[in-house]
Amino acid sequence: MIRLSIPVRQALSKLTLPVLMAAAFGLMLLGKADALLAERARMAVSDALAPIYGVLAAPLSSVRATIDNMQHMLTLFSDNARLREENERLRKWQAVAMTLDAENALLKANLRWVPDPTPSYVTSRVVADAGGVYARAVLLSLGPNHGIMKGQIALDDRGLVGRVTEVGTRSARVLLLTDINSRIPVVMEQSRARAMLVGTNGPRPRLLHWPEGVQPAEGERIVTSAEANAFPAGLPVGTVRFTASNVPEVQPEARLDRLEVVRLFDYGLRGALAPESPNRAAERRR
Amino acid sequence: MSDRLPGIRPRQNILLRLDGFARYSFPAAATVLLLLLGAAPLGLPGQAQLLVATSLACVFFWSLFRPSSMAPPQVFLIGLLVDLLGFAPIGVNVLSLLSTHGVAMLWRRFLTRQGFFLVWLAFVVVAMGAALMQWLMTCVLVLALLPPWPVLFQAALAGGLYPLLAVLLTRAHQSLGQADGT
Repeated sequence: MIRLSIPVRQALSKLTLPVLMAAAFGLMLLGKADALLAERARMAVSDALAPIYGVLAAPLSSVRATIDNMQHMLTLFSDNARLREENERLRKWQAVAMTLDAENALLKANLRWVPDPTPSYVTSRVVADAGGVYARAVLLSLGPNHGIMKGQIALDDRGLVGRVTEVGTRSARVLLLTDINSRIPVVMEQSRARAMLVGTNGPRPRLLHWPEGVQPAEGERIVTSAEANAFPAGLPVGTVRFTASNVPEVQPEARLDRLEVVRLFDYGLRGALAPESPNRAAERRR
Repeated sequence: MSDRLPGIRPRQNILLRLDGFARYSFPAAATVLLLLLGAAPLGLPGQAQLLVATSLACVFFWSLFRPSSMAPPQVFLIGLLVDLLGFAPIGVNVLSLLSTHGVAMLWRRFLTRQGFFLVWLAFVVVAMGAALMQWLMTCVLVLALLPPWPVLFQAALAGGLYPLLAVLLTRAHQSLGQADGT
């Protein structure tokens, strides 16, 4: 250790804080100028942590499941009645669906319809909420040779979750559709009108830019649009809900607040890529 | 470290050194561990805010009561970790934590002689300032006017969290003793 005189040492220790504060500003500028560097640093940390969180995820989810079960015990009777009623309704729909399916197959056979190729997908576990105060994202734990690429589409068992924005060697980040930087081209299912789904960081993204003369209807289903070649057409996104101030929002079909497993689909689309980080999205908007 | 203090002490052997080092590095190491745990998939509502609030409370507490173990370099690294764990523009938490440390060092003389309640009050003020600073820096870096509610919630969370953490940290502080030469 270098021996310094006491005044020099005191002066040095007084200097550390201002110097490091300047370094923090430098870091901000660096992160802004070279978003790739920041992204690499982030993914290095995520890669290191993903296996640990992967181990933690299983017991934690079982604890959560136990708590859920206890809550369900309390509402057993009302749930049962509701499910019976719902089952009854769904049985009718099942009959309709089967008729339609048969009819669809028949018509397709007559039209020499070329079916869409089945996309390949990888299932992976959500190991951490990787958002922040101003972001909505999740961290996925992946195997070493996963072949996941930026822009792949994440779905849970019910609907669209978001897009892969950062890929590391053992982990990947998925930007959720509720993130403030998320923009998803969608179609309203009944009116077939196109619109944009814009994240707000809140639980429900907002519906914007629909054409004149069309009004989104309460409860209308929203699916993705193939516009901009970023999504395949027809993935379920959610349903329209109007707020008290009459702004149309979309209640996502996917359970974004309790994601455990997502499927990453490769549709081979290389259109508009997902925003990488808040910094870069802002740059693109300019 | 130890040559600053006069007096007779046992000769330095490896175990004593290790012990001293463990005591010296406990605050920062425990904070890092707490943050890594806080980023785990607990499924808590407002977990992102909780992470930042925890880092603020830990840095403030240790800067006040054990500043040699929570020096600016440690604060810098903790801030960097918080930034890398979250999705925020890099450097924002580094700056707010360093400022928290700076304010804690400024008020240290006065605050360490006060009771818990005043320290808590000071922390609430600091957490509020840090939150506003984060909001401002994020807005500037993203070039958009973001809603201030998330950071205000974070400040409130930090204020509420502090007494809880302080109980644990005070106990740790006492059991660490005065071995690191503060």
